[in-house]
Amino acid sequence: MGAGVGRIDAKFASLKEQGRAGLGVFITAGDPDAKTSAALLKGLPGAGADMVEFGMPFTDPMADGPAIQEASQRALKGGMTLKGTLALVREFRQDNQDMPIILMGYYNPIYAYGVDAFLTDALDAGADGLIVVDLPPEEDDELCIPALKKDMAFIRLATPTTDDKRLPKVLTNTAGFVYYVSIAGITGTASASNDMITSAVERLKRHTDLPVCVGFGIKTAQQAADVAKVADGAIVGTAVVNAIKDSLDGEGRATDKTVPTTLDFVKTLADGVRGART
Amino acid sequence: MASPAPANSLRSGPDANGHFGIFGGRYVAETLMPLILQVEEAYTAAKLDPEFQREFEYYQKHYIGRPSPLFFAERLTNHFGGGKLYFKRDELNHTGAHKINNVIGQALLARRMGKTKIIAETGAGQHGVATATACALFGMECEVFMGAVDVERQKPNVDRMRLLGAKVHPVTSGSSTLKDAMNEALRYWVSKPDTHFYIIGTVAGPHPYPAMVRDFQSVIGIETREQMLEAEGRLPDTLVAAIGGGSNAMGLFHPFLDDTDVALVGVEAGGYGIDTGQHAASLTGGRPGVLHGNRTYLLQDEDGQITEAHSISAGLDYPGIGPEHSWLHELGRVNYVSVTDDEALEAFALCTRKEGIIPALEPSHALAHVAKMIGDLPKDHIVVMNLCGRGDKDVDAVIPKLEAKGLV
Repeated sequence: MGAGVGRIDAKFASLKEQGRAGLGVFITAGDPDAKTSAALLKGLPGAGADMVEFGMPFTDPMADGPAIQEASQRALKGGMTLKGTLALVREFRQDNQDMPIILMGYYNPIYAYGVDAFLTDALDAGADGLIVVDLPPEEDDELCIPALKKDMAFIRLATPTTDDKRLPKVLTNTAGFVYYVSIAGITGTASASNDMITSAVERLKRHTDLPVCVGFGIKTAQQAADVAKVADGAIVGTAVVNAIKDSLDGEGRATDKTVPTTLDFVKTLADGVRGART
Repeated sequence: MASPAPANSLRSGPDANGHFGIFGGRYVAETLMPLILQVEEAYTAAKLDPEFQREFEYYQKHYIGRPSPLFFAERLTNHFGGGKLYFKRDELNHTGAHKINNVIGQALLARRMGKTKIIAETGAGQHGVATATACALFGMECEVFMGAVDVERQKPNVDRMRLLGAKVHPVTSGSSTLKDAMNEALRYWVSKPDTHFYIIGTVAGPHPYPAMVRDFQSVIGIETREQMLEAEGRLPDTLVAAIGGGSNAMGLFHPFLDDTDVALVGVEAGGYGIDTGQHAASLTGGRPGVLHGNRTYLLQDEDGQITEAHSISAGLDYPGIGPEHSWLHELGRVNYVSVTDDEALEAFALCTRKEGIIPALEPSHALAHVAKMIGDLPKDHIVVMNLCGRGDKDVDAVIPKLEAKGLV
């Protein structure tokens, strides 16, 4: 199986064959420390996650609510870097060739690393796609085009404010899947209604053949199941990050419970997604 | 606003995508993109509308009190023993700083767009006060995001905003200062895309803000040019202005960018000294990166994480700088220097005693640099310093420090 776009395409083809939607899980690399992050990553496929959005910590996450901001801060405090994030991806890939890893974050750490060096190292480590929140199509020359040339998927966010006129621009130069941000706002706040999500997914499907995954505001197994009825994937971030946070000790350090309780929560989400269309 | 720039002019930027060389641009989340495209479209139309210009000029004259005077600082000139120092008195504007110049422009734009709710970020509180003022004037709702640390150190301005009817949101994320206030304002804006207009206070952020704020502030330089021709019959030799995000400096410099005989000096906040790492001098101590919607010089570590700025002046306490400044820095058109907290404090005291003007800590930085360089200049070398704000807001914070130095 090919890395990059190929691994994502293969995953969605397999999901289609199984007649179900996928579950994407967001965790921040190094939250609260590298060792715990590695254990969580390793456990995710077994807990039923189909794909990981692996957060690259940043000091100033402009599109994120308090939960993911704090996860970034815990990771940075624990010494996580972009290099460290890629090392975690590499470690995971030793035993798993099947689950796509999408690196998700902001542009400045990548810019500081150097775009070419980053793409080479990220692909070599086994990452398959990028979601870089602060790179809209207007800045495609920065990273999107160089990524696509190397078969690294550049996954775009479409939002309720992206109207039909703008949508084609957003969908150009994208690969892997389209990430529909179901609310106007930041991560971990309100949830959209099922009707709104259904009509938004239908609208996107009129514009693209790519799989459509929905995220922002999915907090429970029931909500994940509702999304899984109409979309190709449901992505859960804040709720998983909160599960990690709730398991930490008073000083924000991991405990014995951190990995099992987080993976248990992922399992309930996965059960919701898998049962959605039966 | 500035007259059209000739070909090969340094005044013609940015390009259609908001770039000044490699700097500037629109590095924002997709949720924000449609909003800033709307602002750009509305601003492009407003610029060409004589009625918008007329309104803007009306409020500049009758509400802000423009033109602000160009004042020969004779006692300071004698004290320094060289050059000839003028102050551009933007601290005499309504609300006490240059910030109102831009706010009136953006508030009028918001009104044209049918937006009735305004968001702003603020550091020292001057932009917040100016925004709260314009909102009261135009009957708009106002919400101001301010770092919790700044809420403490600029209390008088917090009370002024509340008096004017604004809601002040103390921001506790990150370092609880200006950059975090801007993060929070942007986060808030994406959740209210239909009703709210975000009035950015400096020449930073995604396109079109750096160009738009510059245009609204360039009245400072346009007036300075006319007033200097009237007073001295020629252009000044050197312009000096303090820089946090850089709006007062850009407003003064921009109309002079093509006058290559006029030296331009931007003064960054050196905090405890550049060597200590505790400063806010993005050009002197930073490198290019991407934050808050634009590429510009930023204080950051090796991994691209933004580091905390430090300055005694809340208005300069920002780890970035407007993208046009980064461009002018690399071109070498503007010389960027820095002064320390202590030097700014001494200049603050000096200006107060010699000219009877209590300056804000921000222009005190500019004066501290003037103090270093003007003594060696010939007597006919004209220096104009932008006295961009008054210091009433800083009195509480400054008094104990000046007492400790025996300066009061």
